[in-house]
Amino acid sequence: MSAAAKNPAQPLIVGAGPAGIRAAATLVAAGLRPIVVDEAPACGGQIYRQPLVPDGRDARARYGSEAPKAKRLHGEFAALQDKLDYLPNSLVWNLADGIADVAMNGAHKRLVHDGLILATGAMDRILPVPGWTLPGVFSLGGSQIALKAQGCVIGSRVVFVGTGPLLYLVAWQYLKAGVKVVAVLDAAPFSARVAMVKALPGFPAIVLRGARFVAEMMMKGVAFHYGINKLRFEGTHRVEGVSFEVRGKPRHLSCDGAGFGLGLKSEAQLADLAGCRFAFNERDRVFLPETDEARRSSVPGVYLAGDGSGIAGADAAELSGERAALSLLDDRGLAVDRARVGLLERELRKIFAFRTVLEQSFPFPAHWIADLPGNTTVCRCEEIDVSTIRDAADHFGIVEMNRLKAVSRVGMGRCQGRVCGAAAAELLAAATGQPISAVGRLRGQAPVKPLPMSFAELALPAIGEAAE
Amino acid sequence: MPLLYRVARQNEVPIRFMLNGRPCEGRRGDTLLSAILTVEEQLRPSDFTQEPRAGFCQMSACQDCWVTLQNGDRVRACSTPLADGMHVMTGAGETA
Ligand SMILES: Cc1cc2nc3c(=O)[nH]c(=O)nc-3n(C[C@H](O)[C@H](O)[C@H](O)COP(=O)(O)OP(=O)(O)OC[C@H]3O[C@@H](n4cnc5c(N)ncnc54)[C@H](O)[C@@H]3O)c2cc1C
Ligand code: FES
Repeated sequence: MSAAAKNPAQPLIVGAGPAGIRAAATLVAAGLRPIVVDEAPACGGQIYRQPLVPDGRDARARYGSEAPKAKRLHGEFAALQDKLDYLPNSLVWNLADGIADVAMNGAHKRLVHDGLILATGAMDRILPVPGWTLPGVFSLGGSQIALKAQGCVIGSRVVFVGTGPLLYLVAWQYLKAGVKVVAVLDAAPFSARVAMVKALPGFPAIVLRGARFVAEMMMKGVAFHYGINKLRFEGTHRVEGVSFEVRGKPRHLSCDGAGFGLGLKSEAQLADLAGCRFAFNERDRVFLPETDEARRSSVPGVYLAGDGSGIAGADAAELSGERAALSLLDDRGLAVDRARVGLLERELRKIFAFRTVLEQSFPFPAHWIADLPGNTTVCRCEEIDVSTIRDAADHFGIVEMNRLKAVSRVGMGRCQGRVCGAAAAELLAAATGQPISAVGRLRGQAPVKPLPMSFAELALPAIGEAAE
Repeated sequence: MPLLYRVARQNEVPIRFMLNGRPCEGRRGDTLLSAILTVEEQLRPSDFTQEPRAGFCQMSACQDCWVTLQNGDRVRACSTPLADGMHVMTGAGETA
């Protein structure tokens, strides 16, 4: 008899990125049969995302230095297939006590679970600037997905703008793909990069790799500008150029594609629906679901792994996925290797400390807020602009995010504030003279992403349907 | 001028589809977003101001890439694989 038959309900893992895969492997090794749900058609998450069909490029061409890890994780997950229940192309759109609502290929399934590991990952963090909605401006992550998963590039003369490690990585990957990279524009001042010196002894490979990317790009004629201000994407029907200021001097570059992102932001809506307590995180200027070192959330039986509960990268995602799974096993009274627990926690602490230094090297340009023209679109879905938010604060005395949403509709659109929420919070904080921690956060609501229209009818009679 | 350029799968099996009534060709393994943006320079007009849009995140997060299929289904272009004979309406009207 399978483990599933002995246990009335299976553990559920949301996300099959590095965190989810490691969590799944750990539960399987302990004799459990987890359900793994992921929206994507194949495992790997964002960093190790796979193409829809083989495209003639090998792992090295697709994932660069991380190819061995990608191959290992894809292979490991494939080998687990008869020991777990994997639902690809499936969105978890609601969570309640012990229950997950899943939309899969237009159908609905209500899963009953015993133990929930959320490994939902992250997306680019954005601050709106004029022209960022123009065709041809993609997030840095989106630019990378186009290249690695679709074999498409976002232009023939491309500018990469923002800050963070992904800025340099994606620009370099485009250069290697044969694209003319016009410039890398970093919001962070060059002086901030000094922090990296502190990270050198602990993580020399990562620091030196970043330095090598810059050196190679410089040799190929890529322009670098640091501490840029007053960024705007220009064009009428599509992006045609980018303007900005460096040290007070206006600059303009033409391009036919732009990648834009300011670090990453955790995908934490499901943790909210699961009832997890959130706390403000100073480093990332955002509310995150609380977790202890054992990756337990504030809700018994709900565990948090990977970038979905704080940005730390793929290696930390694997470690915290395993750590979360070990806590789930522990809480079920199953045997857990204490030495392994100690090792995982030590490694995670090291990476978190490194990440703090890394984030200091790429600070978020909150000062851009003051310069934003009033007609800049903040919310792509509802098309709410900067002045609507400033006016809501001025005229209606709004000081809190959920009130702002009710009055202005910001965060009410299809993406549920996933893209604009952090920016709206920055704007409201600036407009009201409060610290960003004081304006609160948009509450997560089901469905976390829009469901297909024909879906509503299907969803109704599904109550009582549970995992086999 | 299209928005996206292929650097792989150029010789992959062609997949024919209709974009706002016009016959187009993508490649096996394309998402709807890639198929459309390798022939067009925009995806759809925005809901309220009709500004041109072309998606943003390509990872099912921003919801800026919803298009309509002939049967009335609305789908996210970046997470929908291109299939032979699809009829896609983007609201972009008679695009060039
Ligand atoms: C686009 C992008 C590209 C990146 N590229 C790199 C890179 O090249 N190098 C690097 O070091 N870091 C990269 N990162 C950083 C990345 O966050 C981490 O390296 C790593 O992917 C985190 O692993 P994870 O398992 O925590 O989450 P992810 O890898 O993001 O996996 C999360 C998974 O959860 C799924 N999911 C989320 N919500 C739901 C839901 N409601 N229902 C069903 N499934 C859901 C997603 O489909 C996804 O597959 C990238 C990030 C992004 C956003
Ligand atoms: S481009 Fe963002 S959801 Fe499709």
